[in-house]
Amino acid sequence: MAVFIRKDTKILIQGFTGKMGTFHAEEMIKYGSNVVGGVTPGKGGQKHLNRPVFNTVKDAVKHTGATASILFVPPAFAADSAMEAADAGIKTCVAIVDGIPSHDMIRIKRYMRRYSRKEKMTLVGPNCAGIISPGKSMLGIMPGHIYKEGRVGIISRSGTLGYEAAQQLKNLNIGVSTSVGIGGDPINGSSFRDIIEKFETDDETDVILMIGEIGGPQEVAAGEFAKENMKKPIVGYIAGLTAPKGRVMGHAGAIVSAYGESAVEKVELLKECGVTISKNPSVMGETVKQVLSSQIN
Amino acid sequence: MDIHEYQAKEILSSFGVTIPRGGIVYSPETAENKAREIGGSKWVVKAQIHSGARGKAGGIIVCNSPLEVAQATDKLLGKKLVTNQTGPEGKIVNRIYIEEATDIEKELYLGLVFDRISESIMVVASTEGGMSVEEIAKEKPESIIRSKIEVAVGIQNFQARELAFGLGIEPELIRRASETIVGCAKAFSELDATMVEVNPLVISKQKQILALDCKMSFDNNAMFRRDKVSELRDKTQEDEKEVYASDRGLNYVSLDGNIGNIINGAGLAMASMDMIKLAGGEPANFLDVGGGATPEKIVKAFKLITMDKKVKVILVNIFAGINRCDWVAEGIVQALEKIEIKVPLVIRLAGTNVEKGNKILQDSKLNYIEADTLEDAANKAVAALK
Repeated sequence: MAVFIRKDTKILIQGFTGKMGTFHAEEMIKYGSNVVGGVTPGKGGQKHLNRPVFNTVKDAVKHTGATASILFVPPAFAADSAMEAADAGIKTCVAIVDGIPSHDMIRIKRYMRRYSRKEKMTLVGPNCAGIISPGKSMLGIMPGHIYKEGRVGIISRSGTLGYEAAQQLKNLNIGVSTSVGIGGDPINGSSFRDIIEKFETDDETDVILMIGEIGGPQEVAAGEFAKENMKKPIVGYIAGLTAPKGRVMGHAGAIVSAYGESAVEKVELLKECGVTISKNPSVMGETVKQVLSSQIN
Repeated sequence: MDIHEYQAKEILSSFGVTIPRGGIVYSPETAENKAREIGGSKWVVKAQIHSGARGKAGGIIVCNSPLEVAQATDKLLGKKLVTNQTGPEGKIVNRIYIEEATDIEKELYLGLVFDRISESIMVVASTEGGMSVEEIAKEKPESIIRSKIEVAVGIQNFQARELAFGLGIEPELIRRASETIVGCAKAFSELDATMVEVNPLVISKQKQILALDCKMSFDNNAMFRRDKVSELRDKTQEDEKEVYASDRGLNYVSLDGNIGNIINGAGLAMASMDMIKLAGGEPANFLDVGGGATPEKIVKAFKLITMDKKVKVILVNIFAGINRCDWVAEGIVQALEKIEIKVPLVIRLAGTNVEKGNKILQDSKLNYIEADTLEDAANKAVAALK
């Protein structure tokens, strides 16, 4: 079973009738995702893309049995929408939106502490490309066709760098089990550690490719977790070797402000944790291939 | 977003933090008047730039008469101050803050930041005020005390008291010290700050607790709901090209090298810069035109890169997803009909419809170097320098 989403996973679009919501819902449906409806407050009862629109996530869950959702709402309303999804019993929610205030992200995460581990929603993002399990379902905005079905699990902060990796793998005839974009914000719903933990128990994933960048403690925290708790090999790449200290590099979270947050330091710390480092972004695919072949031998 | 010291002081003062009497001036004449208005016999003239370490750069001058205040103001206004945080080009002084001098008994450090490990607000305090927090962490790490604020309920009085006692503040001043800490924490939470730093926080000989120097930064993503804060932005303190970029929805950081970059996505942009470095070159900038790489953004990106006189080669690296390479290629061709490029141009397209995209570029009149992979693109850009 794939992590997060299966072929039959019922998906809701929050912000369904907006331009972004409509466009990406169409792309997801084309890919084969099981989009069962959407939510736009005030438009409940209407049909959009041949699917029902609901006023609240609770209504939508009640009528469709949806367990996953994807947010296409403006940043100012995103925190509210994510909490609404959590409260309605959604299990996996992807927040694509870029620009959610950090204070709001902390609030969402505190809010979700009211749920038991079993009941708790997995929030992925914000500011991310979403989740894809090739050949099964896409809960995101990525170009689905660049992903070949296979057994590599990808986790990436960046969208386009994740695409780059999927393409490199495809060119080497290597496929992907699930790819998760966790986004470039300083406070995000799921960390690298959260995702690698899921990949460890996923029987469709053999090796994990972790694509990180400068800033924050998450890559190293994942490496340390893996060293103690994981059997599956991890290949890592850290972007931002040339990034100056103290400057934000596009992603709100990509800023070096403490020891262990620069690319060079992260690479060293990850190596100590047993992570195989892709020495540059052009050989992410090659490095995964080497690790895979050494596993077989 | 950063703001000036005097702006941070005004904000913190409205949250109950005591600041020395002072005022902002824009000319030597008003400076002299302001000094008389403040009164006393000693003043500090402080250049307002978005940087710390102003003292060492000559940006803070102690004066003993209103005339000296005017002279110091005259000396600083319009000058570019170079500190260890501004880079060699420095930052221009357009505003001067005149403040009464404080008789300092003790200097403390108080800072609030987001802690990305615990995902909460962390208060950091130390008895070693006046040094930067990095210096304190290096030289007197044992002096640092921390307290985590639970975001859902905000800072509690007991936490502020613990910090105040931890700083060795005498019992009769604990209440004022706690109020100061609580005020800073409230300002942080209520205004979507990402950093509040009072360094030094001083105890004066008159037993007052005063914020002598303050710094605040704010979450750019929250400015839509912080009208008053966003009005405090001072574009003269930012790199000209970075202002141009941010006004046009581009993510741009100016760097020292000579290979200009146009890339979609922050991660891919950083990765491409890394490849340039590994190929023996130096990037002139970080530029993310956004995952979508729309033709409008590409036109703006070329305009921006051609403003930078250091640029000797331009590297375009676009991974087209849903936006498709053919559409991106048409955008590039259209952009370059409007903008003249005098340096070699390397273009690497990847992703959806890459063959169609490359064909459009080949069939255009564009003079460029085609690249296949990330590595190939970086190597060709570096080779084109020669």
